[in-house]
Amino acid sequence: MIEGRLRVPGSVKAGEPFEVRVLILHPMENGFRHEADGREIPMHIVNRVACTYGGREVFSVDLGTGISANPYLVFFVRAGQAGELKVEWVDDKGERGSARALVNVA
Amino acid sequence: MKRRHFVVSLMLPFAARAQGFSSPADPAKWIGEITGGSTPEKSGIEIEMPQIAENGNAVPLHIRVASPMTSGDHVKAIHVFAERNPRPRVATFHLGPDAGRADITTRVRLGGTQNVTVLAELSGGRWRVAAQNVLVTTGACLDEGSL
Amino acid sequence: MWLSALFAAVTVASGIEYQSDAVKAMQADSFGNPGLLWVDRGAELWKQKCTGCHGDVASMKGVAARYPRHSPQLGRVVDLEQRIQACMPGLAWESRDLLGLTALVARQSNGIPISVDVSGPAASTHERGRSLYFERQGQLNLACTNCHDANVGKTLLSEPISQGQPADWPAYRLEWQSLGSLQRRLRACYFGVRAEMPAFGSDDLVALELYLAVRAKGLKASVPGVRR
Repeated sequence: MIEGRLRVPGSVKAGEPFEVRVLILHPMENGFRHEADGREIPMHIVNRVACTYGGREVFSVDLGTGISANPYLVFFVRAGQAGELKVEWVDDKGERGSARALVNVA
Repeated sequence: MKRRHFVVSLMLPFAARAQGFSSPADPAKWIGEITGGSTPEKSGIEIEMPQIAENGNAVPLHIRVASPMTSGDHVKAIHVFAERNPRPRVATFHLGPDAGRADITTRVRLGGTQNVTVLAELSGGRWRVAAQNVLVTTGACLDEGSL
Repeated sequence: MWLSALFAAVTVASGIEYQSDAVKAMQADSFGNPGLLWVDRGAELWKQKCTGCHGDVASMKGVAARYPRHSPQLGRVVDLEQRIQACMPGLAWESRDLLGLTALVARQSNGIPISVDVSGPAASTHERGRSLYFERQGQLNLACTNCHDANVGKTLLSEPISQGQPADWPAYRLEWQSLGSLQRRLRACYFGVRAEMPAFGSDDLVALELYLAVRAKGLKASVPGVRR
């Protein structure tokens, strides 16, 4: 499981975009580095992050090796009613991770 | 005289390669591939990056595209291109009206001083583009990541 | 010896003061500081393995500010990592678990002035640390003081030289793309002057850490730090 953290505001106003922050523990190995003995370290990156709200996808990213290690993402979501916000991520080896938060809508 | 000319002509191709990782990839070509030939407007995108990045491993990148983000008028995707990176295509962000705001922040790797180009795809087949130059410096106290 | 007296008058300042705005913002980011990913792991481990004896991690408040210190049980001066290793065997240097626990415990002393005890059994280690700090070494033949006292604030290939303070460690170093211990950073300094790096956990590194903590007296920690 790829670890990570998620933050959303404590409560949001219906229809007003709110900030979602994600930080994922991952080396984002770009495939250009070498071990001390010269062996190539193979590419190993999180290549997709997707955010759903109430089960519907509202935001996603296709990541390449140009995204820094331990990917950090801040984006916005707009909600009409309270629901579950879920962020899922997957790497090029098929390893997954996710975090979820309940959003209170005033 | 002849020998000196011979040595100089041998050195020229190597001198060209000494300039950074490689010659920059052409953003125009990349833009054309994604837009299918449409010319993007050079407005409506704000890029916030430091002018000087102390370390190319993690450079903050904040992008805002002006848009009401309604179902009829919204940003569909934001593409990021770093022309001097070994793989210039950095990331693509997929948005839509449920995002509410075309405003994203992340941290990118920059393999040297270069222009970072941001291409926004809007609903209705519209395109916007902007670019920002970042000076990437190298410190003296590097340890090559050794443990 | 007179050198240390000469430089004692300088106000101690954390290494964060010598970083760019972007790095300062990364350290100050209470969510996005990359080191927090390790702190999260530390908190998980604490719940599983440490609450039994130590209760809530808040009970560790003020502890890290007194490290390194002489441990009567272990019979020598140890730093925080070594104290944790003694409590929980099997944690390797720079492992995610050891870094996580160290960062978690160190964080409980954020904002508390560093104050270590070098009386009695710690005195000889302190002396050793001080002499290492002033000793030229490596192919570049430099002592810590040559940069971190004599040339503070000047740039080395565009990089401002800091005072070499230990306060914000473990820290996330952009160069490593990972959180790392103070010992890892000190080893990198030895690498920097092209000297042989002392082994993790060696007496010399602990002695140097102890001297640095004395030199840093009164400085308040902010863990996890972020550095270029």
